Amino acid sequence: MTQNNRLEGGLIDRSKTLRFTFDGKTYQGHQGDTIASALLANDVRLMGRSFKYHRPRGPLTAGSEEPNALVELREGNRQEPNTRATTAELFDGLSAKSQNRWPSLSFDAMGVNDLLSPFFAAGFYYKTFMWPKAFWEKLYEPIIRRAAGLGSLSMEADPDVYDKGFLHCDLLIIGAGPAGLSAALTAGRAGARVILAEEDFLLGGRLNAETFEIAGMAGHAWAAQTQAELASMDNVRIMTRTAILGAFDHGIYGALERVSDHLAVPAAGKPRQTLWRIYAKRTMLCAGAVERPIAFKNNDRPGIMLSGALRTYANRYAAAAGQTVALFTNNDDGLRSAADLAAKGVDVVAVIDTRADGPSVQAGAHFKGAQVVDAGGKLGLNTITIKLANGQTTRINCTALGVSGGWNPNVHLTSHQRSTPKWDEKIAAFVPESTPAEMSVAGAANGDMSTHAALANGAKQAVTALKDIGIKATAGRTPKAEDEPINVSPFWYVEHKGRAWVDQQNDVTVKDIKLSHQEGFRSVEHLKRYTTLGMATDQGKTANVPGLAIMAEMTGKSIPDTGTTMFRPPYAPTSFGAFAGRHRDEDFRPIRKTPSHKWAEEHDAVFVETGMWLRAQWFPKPGETHWRESVDREVLATRKSVGICDVTTLGKIDVQGTDAATFLNRVYCNAFAKLAVGKTRYGLMLREDGIAMDDGTTARLSENQFVMTTTTANAVPVFRHLEFCRQCAWPDLDVQLISTTEAWAQYAVAGPNSRKLLQKIVDKDFDISNEEFPFMGCGEITVCGGLRARLFRISFSGELAFEIAVPTRYGDSMMRALMEAGEEFDVVPYGTEALGVMRIEKGHAAGNELNGTTTALNLGMGRMVSKKKDSIGSTLSEREGLNQADALNLVGFKPVNSDETFSAGSHFINSDAQANAANDQGYMTSVCYSPNLGHTIGLGYLKDGANRMGETTRAVNPLMGEETEVEIVSAHFIDPEGERLRA
Amino acid sequence: MLKHSLKPLTPLGSDEPDSTVIGNLKITERDDFSFASIAQRDGKSRPFAAAAKRAFNLKLPGPGQSASNGDYTLFWSSPEQWFVEAPMATHEDIASILKAEFEESASITEQSGGWCRFDLEGDASVSTLERLCAVDTAMMTDQAATRSVIEHIGVFIVCRSAGQYFSIYGPRSSAGSLHHALVSAAKSVA
Amino acid sequence: MIINHPLLGPRDSQEFTYLGDMSLINRPDWEADDAVDQFHEYLYLRDNPAGEHKELWFHEQGDRSWLVVTRNTLTHDITKVEIAKDIARQMGRSK
Repeated sequence: MTQNNRLEGGLIDRSKTLRFTFDGKTYQGHQGDTIASALLANDVRLMGRSFKYHRPRGPLTAGSEEPNALVELREGNRQEPNTRATTAELFDGLSAKSQNRWPSLSFDAMGVNDLLSPFFAAGFYYKTFMWPKAFWEKLYEPIIRRAAGLGSLSMEADPDVYDKGFLHCDLLIIGAGPAGLSAALTAGRAGARVILAEEDFLLGGRLNAETFEIAGMAGHAWAAQTQAELASMDNVRIMTRTAILGAFDHGIYGALERVSDHLAVPAAGKPRQTLWRIYAKRTMLCAGAVERPIAFKNNDRPGIMLSGALRTYANRYAAAAGQTVALFTNNDDGLRSAADLAAKGVDVVAVIDTRADGPSVQAGAHFKGAQVVDAGGKLGLNTITIKLANGQTTRINCTALGVSGGWNPNVHLTSHQRSTPKWDEKIAAFVPESTPAEMSVAGAANGDMSTHAALANGAKQAVTALKDIGIKATAGRTPKAEDEPINVSPFWYVEHKGRAWVDQQNDVTVKDIKLSHQEGFRSVEHLKRYTTLGMATDQGKTANVPGLAIMAEMTGKSIPDTGTTMFRPPYAPTSFGAFAGRHRDEDFRPIRKTPSHKWAEEHDAVFVETGMWLRAQWFPKPGETHWRESVDREVLATRKSVGICDVTTLGKIDVQGTDAATFLNRVYCNAFAKLAVGKTRYGLMLREDGIAMDDGTTARLSENQFVMTTTTANAVPVFRHLEFCRQCAWPDLDVQLISTTEAWAQYAVAGPNSRKLLQKIVDKDFDISNEEFPFMGCGEITVCGGLRARLFRISFSGELAFEIAVPTRYGDSMMRALMEAGEEFDVVPYGTEALGVMRIEKGHAAGNELNGTTTALNLGMGRMVSKKKDSIGSTLSEREGLNQADALNLVGFKPVNSDETFSAGSHFINSDAQANAANDQGYMTSVCYSPNLGHTIGLGYLKDGANRMGETTRAVNPLMGEETEVEIVSAHFIDPEGERLRA
Repeated sequence: MLKHSLKPLTPLGSDEPDSTVIGNLKITERDDFSFASIAQRDGKSRPFAAAAKRAFNLKLPGPGQSASNGDYTLFWSSPEQWFVEAPMATHEDIASILKAEFEESASITEQSGGWCRFDLEGDASVSTLERLCAVDTAMMTDQAATRSVIEHIGVFIVCRSAGQYFSIYGPRSSAGSLHHALVSAAKSVA
Repeated sequence: MIINHPLLGPRDSQEFTYLGDMSLINRPDWEADDAVDQFHEYLYLRDNPAGEHKELWFHEQGDRSWLVVTRNTLTHDITKVEIAKDIARQMGRSK
């Protein structure tokens, strides 16, 4: 295939020919092309189908504001839908497909929608699919889902990686057109830390698309020369292919760098894209302006595009959208294309100016005070109909039409924090009204439409911005450059009965806007939602202002009074992959491993995630096929002899200071002031509202040093709470806090033989007999011939038990030593499931019971709340509502028929009552099979439960269709007198 | 070294610390340091300062700073609280050593096993860290030290040599995830 | 948002956790006759100003300081950042 529409010149590298395919057909382009420019050079104008009506479409623009030319880029697991052909860079071997069509782009069966368009007018979703209700899920939604949507997903995992990162600068310059380059030069020369972010792969902005000269050289050459100077400065970071997505509070900006999108496959190990968070002391928005179209009948024919885009394709990409071209404009800038295209050898057959008094240009025909009223050529433009100033119409053949309705400054980022732009009559466009404090605007984005003004104001604004942050800069002399006004006379749409397209991506017509007004939608925000104007992937960058103007005309209000819709991030479409970054699959979040992790892996542990921790859940032995077999064995063996469990994950907080005891006495609801050195005590911590927050044991290692344990889940919130108490509630207590969770590897050694096992580990100087080291004792000891360690005689299982802690680096070795020492006692390691079974058997509360709704009274610990002292939560725990006679009490449950079972989450309903919320008596919190008792047991909160021992009730679980008759029993299923743990 | 029969394991779970080279960046696992936190008790500023002078013979670093002298490196962690680092070979029981010096003027807590440390050396240090945390590491001067977050993991970052050499301290349990994050980011740039 | 930490300079608000109105510093006297009412008011009744608000932030991924941040809830402008411990002392919180 030859490049029939390839012109002379341009900023493409003709020495590099690239082969690519579009819809399976092979074409050639050059380095520096986009898919759109290469296709146009190959005389392909039809690139996609519209969203709703499946109308044939070609590119409207040559930039990121493109509504039409969206393609599926690449194949297989790298396939990416909705890629803008106007910005996607060509690479060798690129493959792209058109989307939203079947079976082919030129014949699309869904094109029937276009004929049915009367049914698809504004608000059709709301009107058409209202009833019957049952049809929605089964009929309407599947049809809509299939018909709608742009492009398709590969349904395969994305093989590429996406990075995130953080950058800091004095001055962030957004956009590298004349204003941005001028600002960057000024700031760079002053030594400021500058980031220059440009969405395009070339710096220069419109300088690459125009024939203007700067300082006597071509604009693009000046841009290249400036880039070279900036690149030589260490303090300037040039970021091409980088779109600023959002302006957030206090100078924080989001940016997407398309690191490898222009390559077939990213280089090994390199990211596809990087999402940057930029911290900028000052920002300059130099984002330029976007041209807007004029709506007329059939203005969406492939070949009709913005006038500036025609110039971009011709000047920058050396591609003609067609060999016979017409122009339709309401402003002087639209006329510039005539000379530029003629200079490239393109035949400019007609210029249609809505203004009767516009300047004259060289062209085949020049119609002033005229309008284009229709366009013909279903799959590509071949004729336009012109209404002349005298009211007559004439037809002209052409294959491309450049349209210009004026230029809209890119004000989006000035408005991400709610400020709205103001209307500037002179350029008939919105310009920034106010900006975030750290931002200034220069160039076309600020309504400075000439190159000279952009250069001058870019430098001037940079000086001002840097002065604010104490950096002295001077603006150099502004180079000689184009400085023409762009005289524009607002003109939005051609009155006609046919369909004139305003938002081409979402297929919103002038009629739709009028209809929505007729149906009572007066606010622009309502107009937007009802018609879907501006809601597509292009966010209406070319459509919004014309839409508003038509709306304003309907309501008889001015455009500024009509106002704009809210601009929101992201400025440009952004892939989910970029937002997810590295946080996917196994890297979704960090993993915390316990000190015995390696040992547990060697012993086939099954792991469970508890928060970020990976904990051994159980240790299957050969032949065990069901988890219960392993767990039952671990429980029975521990209660019979001895078991070991890694409990390092429990939070440990070192509490020191001369007021440490006083402090603990205030944060626990029970008494702590008089805890003796060498003793451990259970503590219940309340929230200020009287609800239980956390519990654990706290040991007094010396007069002024305690070590507190928290539950695994609450380690962080408890630490935060304690710091609040220490810094804000009682700032003069002498207390110092620090987490030591990870500093100590801690193992529970539980069971009747636990002491005998530990006596082999603990050095002989330390007597751990029941007399010298009784229940709830603690001490600093040495083990294994001199390693410092801590020993606590505490029990979660209800057995004689200890917890032993050694510095974490020895945790692995300690585990092995304990297992070796326990061999003669048939020691077993046990996981979190056995731990859970044993604590339920013992009736100990855990997270299921401390669930953020329960009080000390509910937990059966009401009397622990000391009334003799101030502690967090003690006062409000006395509230009437928390102390009703029928308050929930934590009690035990067993099935009346021991073969039956029940589930946690079941609610209690009295035997004779209907199972509904009104008859709710409470709920089951924890359930397990007790291998010691041989049946299911449970803990739960029951109204007045403490006084209902021996009664029966029903555990009802409508979700699982369960109902079980249960007996109310003590929560202490095992050793209710606590003899074992004191043995 | 203490005499006992237990063998230490590195935070990454091996007998020997890991060293990984990616391009011109070297990431080294360090387990040859002992670690403690030390906090001044209220009203004890004078004996605390005197003990600090005896123990370290340096001016205690202020917010965002570290300081080194002889065996000791200290960095500021919170108001009136510092982390102290010393060679494991000579200071394994660092908390006892410091307690003997500071007595009741300070709250001292052993932290040795609780932290892993990875050293980043090379030109790509800053561009690697840029992809991991919000700290402006390019502007960190020698001995600057700060706490921050890397991939949801709370860390301390100490600048040993501006632009070239950083130590990252993270919770030992997440050593694997932290190391993976550092290596992945380094591959993007180095 | 950026919180200008009095000791550490500007830090991203992502490093912080938010608690609420700084009046939470002013924990009532448990021995007062109407202690339950006072605590109820302290815990549940807050102003919700559209404008300047003094609020408590915790530098969790930083130096663990509680800070009092004066922030405009309409504009997010932060005009003052103070160490909460100092404020608590000024407010007469003592042993």
